[in-house]
Amino acid sequence: MTTDGAHAVAIDGLRVVRGGRVVLDDVSLRLPAGRVIGLLGPSGCGKSTLLRSIVGVQIVEQGTVDVLGSPAGTAANRTRVAYATQAASVYDDLSVEENLRYFAAVLGARASDVARVLAEVDLAEQAERQVMRLSGGQRSRVSLAVALLGVPELLVLDEPTVGLDPVLRSDLWDLFHRLADAGRTLLVSSHVMDEATRCDELLLMRDGAILVQATPESLLAQTGARDTEEAFLALVRDRSPAPA
Amino acid sequence: MSVLRTAATIRRVLQQLRRDPRTVALLLVVPMVLLWLLELVFDAQPATFDQIGPALLALFPLVVMFLVTSVTTLRERTSGTLERLLSMPLGRLDLLLGYLVAFGLVAVVQAALASALMLGFLGLDVAGPAWLLVLVAVVDAVLGCALGLFVSAFARTEFQAVQFMPAVVLPQFLLCGLLVPRDEMGAVLEAISWALPLSYAVDAMQRITVEVTVSTRTLVDLVVVIASIGLSVALGAATLRRRTA
Repeated sequence: MTTDGAHAVAIDGLRVVRGGRVVLDDVSLRLPAGRVIGLLGPSGCGKSTLLRSIVGVQIVEQGTVDVLGSPAGTAANRTRVAYATQAASVYDDLSVEENLRYFAAVLGARASDVARVLAEVDLAEQAERQVMRLSGGQRSRVSLAVALLGVPELLVLDEPTVGLDPVLRSDLWDLFHRLADAGRTLLVSSHVMDEATRCDELLLMRDGAILVQATPESLLAQTGARDTEEAFLALVRDRSPAPA
Repeated sequence: MSVLRTAATIRRVLQQLRRDPRTVALLLVVPMVLLWLLELVFDAQPATFDQIGPALLALFPLVVMFLVTSVTTLRERTSGTLERLLSMPLGRLDLLLGYLVAFGLVAVVQAALASALMLGFLGLDVAGPAWLLVLVAVVDAVLGCALGLFVSAFARTEFQAVQFMPAVVLPQFLLCGLLVPRDEMGAVLEAISWALPLSYAVDAMQRITVEVTVSTRTLVDLVVVIASIGLSVALGAATLRRRTA
């Protein structure tokens, strides 16, 4: 199947098996470009595996994953897709700035990018500090900063706001929207349902399947729920009588 | 392959080493202490020391570099930075050569110091030229790095990586001809010993010990060890996967 230009990601019949367990089964979806898309669901539902499949680092058993018009993981996408894993993937023994300078060199990003992303994640004052001496939240912001280097068209961020203080979390969501306004697509996972309201579009996931894809407003209208948590429960209850 | 990305990786690995001065000190000092101990053990038999000293000068830096390289590259895997790098436009060879050159620089210093100690303070007597002894020691230490890079692909934890040292290096030591000349082993063992790079390293060292001039055989041994480094890196690149389960 071909990807049409309006979609940043097109997935058809994706099936992933990890360690003998089916993690994703027959997932198909389209993600619009230039939006902040939230991927919400409980821990262990397959969010990270779906993100890994889109980045192209996951061995896929069946199905197609097209990202920005090419199959996921192709060489062309390695500068166009940025990825921050859930656990901070940075060098603990280096300083914040040394980490960013190295990843910037690997990406071929401009040297001035380092100062820009440091400001964006509010770590300019910690630039000289060794990552292992930072708090957990600061470490994950270093990892997020790496994903902001260069000019990626799609940012895949696995739980980037976990453990952050509310002010900073709000700043980051503002940053995500500024990036989307500039035409980038952001796919942001979270297991915290109250982050849903900050997204342009939502994917609710459970047990390796997408329950629903909708805007936050239409999701609430559709289910008659007051918040995303309630909407999620309503959707699960709707489906539970069906045989597993 | 990209020179800029390889150079950035070399710089990054050296920066990491600089943050860990104790490891660097151990890397440089441990082979020297072991060689000194060897000289003390053979204090009453200086001829034996002259005979086996060069071979152990080939072995000790190799063991130390093997361990440090395999654990460091494994740490890259477990910290998630390997997966991140492989999702970026970094060539697999950029990464491996970055490690090889950075640790190779340490190996050069280490082997040079150990050789200087042997030839100077410990009074090792070799017939051949000293520069060749140093060169073989350096190449062997780099071989240790290359083997460490390769086997770390097969380890999932640091415990496993450490176990690869006795599994990969000690059989080579037993078969390299230092304990029993290789042509006096069984035919099967001798054949196996021809396939192991340490045999060539030790052969080269033993020739330098007794031959005044540089023989073609010594140079061939050296070329085989260098080719083994290339082969280990190529196999290491082949086993590095951008996609994992």
